[in-house]
Amino acid sequence: MANDILVFVEHLNGDITDATYELLATARSLAAQTGGSVDAAVIGTGASALADDLGGADRILVADTDALGAFNPQGHAEMFASLVETRQPAITLVPYTSVGMDIGNHVAATSGQPLVSYCLSVDAGDGLSGTCQLYSGKVQADVQVEADRAVFAMLAGAASADDGRSGGAAVIENVDTAVPDLAITFIGTAEPEAGDVDITTEDILVAIGRGIESEDNIEEAQALADALGAALAASRPIIDQGWLPKTRQVGKSGLSVKPKVYLALGISGAPEHLEGMRDSSTIIAVNSDPQAPIFGVAHYGWAGDLFDFIPELTDRLEG
Amino acid sequence: MGRDVSPKIDPSAVLEHETYELDGVDISGHWNRMFEQRVIFDYDIAQLDRVTDLDGGESMGWCYQCSQCIGVCPVDMVGDYGPRKIFRKLQVGMDFFQSDDLWLCTTCGNCLRVCPKEVDMLKIMPAVRKEAVLEGQVPAELQDVFEKTARYGNPLGKNAKRRTAWTKGLDIEVPIISELDRKVDVLWWVSDYPSYHPRGMEASRSLARVLTKLGIDFAILGAEERHDGDSMLRAGEEGLFEMLAEQNIETLNKYEFDVLLTTDPHAFNAFLHEYPQRGGTYNVMHYSRFLADRIDDLGLSEEVLGTVTFHDPCYLGRQNGEYDAPRDLIQALPGANFVEMWRNKQNGYCCGGGGGGMWLDGKAADHQSMRLSEKRVLEAVETGADTLCVVCPYEVSRFEDAVKSTNNDGALEVRDISELLAAAMGLSTD
Amino acid sequence: MNIAVLLRAVPDPVEELEIDGVDLDRDFLGYVLNEFDDHALEEGLLIKEETGGTVTVYALGTADEVEQMLHTALAKGADTAKMLGSDLDVVDAHGQAETFVEALTGGGFDLVLSGVQASDEIDGQVAMLVAAGLGFPHVSVVVGTKPADGSIRVTKEYWAGITADYDVALPAVLGIQTAREAPRYVAVARIRQAQESGNLEELDIDQPENGSRMTITEMRLPEEGEGAEMIEGDEEAAVDRVLELLQAAGVR
Repeated sequence: MANDILVFVEHLNGDITDATYELLATARSLAAQTGGSVDAAVIGTGASALADDLGGADRILVADTDALGAFNPQGHAEMFASLVETRQPAITLVPYTSVGMDIGNHVAATSGQPLVSYCLSVDAGDGLSGTCQLYSGKVQADVQVEADRAVFAMLAGAASADDGRSGGAAVIENVDTAVPDLAITFIGTAEPEAGDVDITTEDILVAIGRGIESEDNIEEAQALADALGAALAASRPIIDQGWLPKTRQVGKSGLSVKPKVYLALGISGAPEHLEGMRDSSTIIAVNSDPQAPIFGVAHYGWAGDLFDFIPELTDRLEG
Repeated sequence: MGRDVSPKIDPSAVLEHETYELDGVDISGHWNRMFEQRVIFDYDIAQLDRVTDLDGGESMGWCYQCSQCIGVCPVDMVGDYGPRKIFRKLQVGMDFFQSDDLWLCTTCGNCLRVCPKEVDMLKIMPAVRKEAVLEGQVPAELQDVFEKTARYGNPLGKNAKRRTAWTKGLDIEVPIISELDRKVDVLWWVSDYPSYHPRGMEASRSLARVLTKLGIDFAILGAEERHDGDSMLRAGEEGLFEMLAEQNIETLNKYEFDVLLTTDPHAFNAFLHEYPQRGGTYNVMHYSRFLADRIDDLGLSEEVLGTVTFHDPCYLGRQNGEYDAPRDLIQALPGANFVEMWRNKQNGYCCGGGGGGMWLDGKAADHQSMRLSEKRVLEAVETGADTLCVVCPYEVSRFEDAVKSTNNDGALEVRDISELLAAAMGLSTD
Repeated sequence: MNIAVLLRAVPDPVEELEIDGVDLDRDFLGYVLNEFDDHALEEGLLIKEETGGTVTVYALGTADEVEQMLHTALAKGADTAKMLGSDLDVVDAHGQAETFVEALTGGGFDLVLSGVQASDEIDGQVAMLVAAGLGFPHVSVVVGTKPADGSIRVTKEYWAGITADYDVALPAVLGIQTAREAPRYVAVARIRQAQESGNLEELDIDQPENGSRMTITEMRLPEEGEGAEMIEGDEEAAVDRVLELLQAAGVR
C-alpha cells in the first residue's frame, strides 16, 4: 500500500543472490521510516522453496511457475509489473544487475514511475530521495524525486546483505501465476568452462608482480587466492616468464579487469599495468617501496614485505 | 602440406648422349649430361606482386637472397625474421597483409644499410601496413594506440592539458610560447613520453634545467603539442599521420622561432623528412647535437663517476647520421669512463620501440625468445658499464623494464643524457 | 535485417571532472562515444554482414564530437547516419528515449541496438526505455547474437561467467554489453573520406525535455586523498585493515 516497499527477489538456479538481501536490508530501514511493510516478490521456478529464505520480508509474494525458465527478461518483468500495479508500493527496489536492468526499466516505464538508477542509498524521510553514483564512480549526486512513488535500482554494496536476512514477519502469499504471452523464450543457461579462469568476471583478484621474485613463491599467492575465493592474476613480467598463463595477464597487453577488489602484491604500477585495472572498485596495494607508482592509483596501501603479508592474511582467512 | 618440391627439369633442356667416348674414356649417359638454361621451380608470385605493386613496395622484388640482412636484423637475433626470409615466404605464397610478420619489423634500417640491392623495409613496411590498416587489420594493441592518438593527440591516451604537468613546482621556469607572445630562439618540441611518462618527465626536468643554466631563450608548446606522427606513419596509419602533421604545422606556423629542438629522434626524423613536403619546414635539431655544440658552455664540474655505455637510437644514428654528439657529451662528463657496446654506431642494435614496436610487445612476444630491449641490456651489461645512457624517450622505459626482467636490477642504471649532464652541472635531477 | 543503432556521447572518462552547481562543468568537457554503444554498432555491423540489410545510426546532437562519431560509424560500414538536432543541451535518459522513439517509429526496423548502459543514466537505461516506448521486447546485457528468420537468439550475461540464451521475436531492442568481436578499427583516412562525402543527415528537432521527474539537489566529487590511504604498522595491522576493507567491499 501507500507506505510499502516492494523488493524484487533475484535468484538463479535455486540461490537467492546477496544483492536481494541487500535490497531487503535497505527495505527494512525504509519501512522503519514509512511505517509500511516490506514485500518481497519471488517469481519463477522454485519460488515456493525460496520463500523460506526470505526472513527479511514481511510478506512474501510467491508466483511459482516453471513457464519462465531460470529467468525471462519479459516474463519476470511483466509479472513483477502487475504486482507493482496491484500492490501500489511507495518504493520499489530492484538490484542494479543484469537481471535488475530488465525489470527496473520496464516497471518504471509501464507504471509511470521515476526510476532512480546507480543508487547507493534511499531515504523516505522527506519525500523520496537518494544518492547515486555517476560517471564510473567519479561523481556522486543527490536526487529528490518529484513524485510520491518511485523505483530505485541499487548498486551492489549499498547495504549489508546480513541485515536483510531476517527481521520480517515472513508471511507467505501465493499470487497469480498466469504467465503473459511472451515474445522471449528461455532456451538454457551455460556455466563457464571448468578450464582456466576468466579473470574479467571475478569479484576479487589477487594480482602478483615482480615482487613475488620466483616461481616457487606463486604457490603462496595461490593459497591466499583460494582462501579469498579469488583468482590469481599477474602483471606482464610474470606472464613473460611463463609462471602463469596469458589468460591471467592484467594490463595493456593483457586483459582489462574491474573487480570489486584488486589486491596488487609486489606490483610497481607501470602505466601499462594500471591501464588494465585502475577502474577496480577497491584497489589494495602491497609494495615494499613506498614510492611505487601503484600507490598513486590504489585506494589503500601498505608499504611492507609481501612475504609477511601473504601468510598473515591467508592464516586469518582460513582460521 | 601439399607443396610439390620435386625438381622440375624440362626434359628438352637436358642434353645427353647415350653413348660417348672422349680420348679413350667412356663418358656415356649421365657422365656427359649438360643442362641448358631452364626453370627449376615455378613459383606463383601473386603474393609477392601484391607487395611490389604497392607504391613503396617495389624494392621487395629486388631481393636475391644474399642474407646480409639476416646477419644484422635485430629481430632475427631473438627470433626468425628478416627481409630475405620475408621474400622467401612471399615467394611461396604468404599473405603478408594477414601475417604477424608484418608487425615485427621495427624499421631500424640496419637491413637497408647492408643490402646490395637496396631492398628498403623503411618503405615496404609502411606501404603494406597502410593497406592492412585501411582494411581494419591491425593488432589490437596497436589499434588501441591509434585510437588514443587520434582522440587525444598522444599514444598514451592522456589529457592534452596534462602535457605541462612536468613543469609544475619546478625550481625554474618553463615558458609556454602562446603565453610569451613573442619570438623565441628555441621552440622545444618535448614529445609525448617526456611529457607524460614518469621517467620521461624526470629527463625533461633535467633538460629544462640544463637549458636554463645555459641561458637559452626557449619555450614549449604545452597543450597545443600533439604526437609528431612518425611512428604512426611507419606503423601504417598514414591518414592519422596526415591529420597530426596538418594540426602540428598549423600550430607551429603561428609562432616565430629559430630552432625547433626535439627530444625524440622520431620527431626529429619526421620534422626533417616528412613535414617539409606537407608545408612545415623548420630548422630542426636534436637536443644531443644542440648541447654538444655548446659543450664548452655547459660547465661540467661535478664528477659523474662510473662506467657509461651508450645506445645509438636508430632514428638519430643510423637513419640520420648523428653518432658523435651524444658521445662527445658523455666523454665530457668528469670522471665518467665511456665504453662502447659491440654493436655500435651504424651497427647499433634496435631497442624494439620503432615502427610501432613500442606498442606491439604482445605480438612480438609470440615470436621472440626475448625482447630486443632485453637483448640490448644484456649487451650493455657485458661491457661492464654501470650506466646505460640514452637519448630517445622510448628507451628509458624499455630498458629499465628490461633491466629488471633480465635480473640486472642494481647492476645497470638507465639514464637520459640530460640527467647525466644535469648531475655534472650540479643541478637537481628530480 | 534492418537495424537501428543508437549512439550516445558521454563525458570522456579520461577527463578530470569538475562540478558546476548541480551538473558537471561542461565548458571544456570532452565527450566520447559511450563504449557500450561502440559494441552495439559492431554487433549491428556483424549482423548486417551475416544477413544483409541495413544499419542506420542515430545520435542526438548534444556535443561537438557527435558528428565525428557518426562519420566514424559510416566509415565502419553503417549505411545511413542521422544526427537529431545539433548544439542541443544535455538531456536525461527519459528525454533521450522519447526522442529516439519518435525518430524510430515507422522506420520499419527489425532490431534496435544500443549500449546496455551509459555513465550518466541517472534515471534509467535509454535502451530499455526506448523498448518500453516502442512496445518492443528487450533484453539487456547481451554478449552475443545469432539472427534467424523473424527472431534472434541472444546470449545474456549474468555474473561469474554464467550466461543464458533466449529466442526473441522481432522487432526487439537489445542492450549490448559486448559485441561478438572487439569493435573494428577504421583507418583515419576512411573517416576523413566519410567526412568529405557528407552522408550525414541532420534532422531538425526542438530541444527535448527532461523526463526523469527527479531533481539533482547536490553533485559532488567523492573525497579523494593523494593516492592511497596508507596503512600504518606491521603485517598484522595491515591484515586487520584489509579484512575490514574486504567486508566493506561486499566480498567477505
